[in-house]
Amino acid sequence: MSQTTSPDPNLSRRDFLKIAWAFFGGVALLETAGVFIAYLQPRLSEGEFGSLITVGLVDDFPPNSVTHITNGRFYIVRLGDGGFLSIYHRCTHLGCTVPWDQSAQKFICPCHNSQFDQQGIVENPPAPRPLDLFPVTIENGEVKVDTGVIIQRQSYETAQVVYP
Amino acid sequence: MTEQTPQPDPEPSMLDRMRGRLVPEGMPTDDRGRMRMVVDSLILHIHPTKVDSSTLKWTYTWGLGGLAGLLMAILGLTGAVLLNNYTPAAPQAYLDILELNSNVWFGELIRNLHHWSANLLIVVAVLHLIRVFVTGAYRPPRELNWLIGVAMLLLVLGANFTGYLLPWDQLAYWAITVGTSIISYVPVIGQWLSILVLGGPEVGANTLLNFYSMHISFIPLLIFGLMSYHFWRVRKDGGLTLPKAVDRAEAPKPERVTTIPHLVRRELIFAIAWIAALLVFSMLVPAPLEGIANPDVSPNPAKAPWYFMGLQELLLHFHPLVGAIVLPGLAIIGIFLLPFFDINLASVGVYFRSQRGRSLTLLGMGFALIATPTWVVLDEYILNWNAWLPTWDMLISNGLIPLAIILLPLILLDEWMHKTFQADTEERVLFIAAFLFTAFIVLTIIGIFFRGPGMSLYWPWNMPAAHG
Repeated sequence: MSQTTSPDPNLSRRDFLKIAWAFFGGVALLETAGVFIAYLQPRLSEGEFGSLITVGLVDDFPPNSVTHITNGRFYIVRLGDGGFLSIYHRCTHLGCTVPWDQSAQKFICPCHNSQFDQQGIVENPPAPRPLDLFPVTIENGEVKVDTGVIIQRQSYETAQVVYP
Repeated sequence: MTEQTPQPDPEPSMLDRMRGRLVPEGMPTDDRGRMRMVVDSLILHIHPTKVDSSTLKWTYTWGLGGLAGLLMAILGLTGAVLLNNYTPAAPQAYLDILELNSNVWFGELIRNLHHWSANLLIVVAVLHLIRVFVTGAYRPPRELNWLIGVAMLLLVLGANFTGYLLPWDQLAYWAITVGTSIISYVPVIGQWLSILVLGGPEVGANTLLNFYSMHISFIPLLIFGLMSYHFWRVRKDGGLTLPKAVDRAEAPKPERVTTIPHLVRRELIFAIAWIAALLVFSMLVPAPLEGIANPDVSPNPAKAPWYFMGLQELLLHFHPLVGAIVLPGLAIIGIFLLPFFDINLASVGVYFRSQRGRSLTLLGMGFALIATPTWVVLDEYILNWNAWLPTWDMLISNGLIPLAIILLPLILLDEWMHKTFQADTEERVLFIAAFLFTAFIVLTIIGIFFRGPGMSLYWPWNMPAAHG
């Protein structure tokens, strides 16, 4: 009498080894990709941009002034009430450096005409969000800006301002 | 019987022996000889021994594929020697370009040749893609070669973009800043990807080094690899498709001629003519060079390289996610997938498929020529989604809404083609492609010639000088 063989519910040795090879092969591939991606990671070696910068004394910045600190890539904005904002000069649209227009009292980007007010709020598109900020700390009357931390925001809040 | 012993040949001289090895059979005198020469030669045997005479007509392929290959060779050669005079570090990179232009014998010529060949290559590659598309030469069995070709087009754009940064002048620095900013709009991984590509938070020393290394190693290696594969596949797929007159019932009778001299002679003359033209152009027109890169001063206007100006113009009208990621992404995917739409093998080799195809192409181009400038002007002066819908997220008000508004007429037009003109699938694809491509060209032209300081619209003859 012939015996019809039904499919074996247990895994054969051959299939097990195939699956094991495929699995570990996949892991090896991922590891190789990981090695190359890790290799390509940038090392933040810049001393000026990316680190804590001391810009000067509190009294160096009169109220209602905007000062461009070029090596830090930011503006020091001192509001009328004496509070400090450190605004990253990179336009939030496509990265152009936004100059401050003293007569118009606005930041006006030359690339696509995005306009921001003194606090960096968008007054004219195509910028999708206000200008980014750097954290400001005031120690012993000195104003310090940490350019290693970029603060993105959707709107202006008074908590963002630092008072001496 | 007496045998006449043949006189032994006189000892061949060394020169004779060298010449003998070079062409063992002697130069061919008949067709069999010419065919054997093709097969026996490393370079010539890229060609078949015989080709169909109808494919030799210049007005069929315009020699575009071959020209692209020639330009790659010129770029490789000029690039290799330019390496001797270049250091990928600021400010030395800029000084090296100045040195090339002044103190290096023929430095300016070789740099110009490299620059103009690179720019011409983009135009030629796109024209080649269009030629293959409108003659239907991407249809089975040639789909894989189409994919390889589109991949090479993207690599060519990558080579141009990475090379653009290398002079490290204001033009280079800000074009790449604007171009790479788009990367940060990729969903989820955008910020990480941007830092990876730039080698840091902004375009800097790492960027220059990374772009240089991509430009001279990875990208050219990939292009040459794919190019070899591309040529091999042309042969494997049966050579060039045969040109056919429009709406002819049956295929023309093939007539085959030997590659030597019919094809090779044409290729040689074509190559020499183009090399001469490029040399003359490079002697007359210098490659641009502005002041050294200054991260603190963005020029006004700050423009991407000309081949990306269509994209930059698009970005003036849409939220970056829509204008830079979604639309171009869909377009590129669409181009890759073209061979897999409904196919009609009978019209392969016919320019624009059929009489109706020709009319639809012209119609598509005409619509785009009118609609695109109209919409640009409307959007510039009248439409202001952000002001009309201030509480809505800009992604919707300045992204999805204008996208829907321009896609809707396109869908309606396609329906009209289908119902009224009885267009089949490939004719509809032709219409849509003609429309979209023409629209993109118009946007590119507007971006290059009609945008000035503040990226405002100006008539080209009224263009105020750039500052910054």
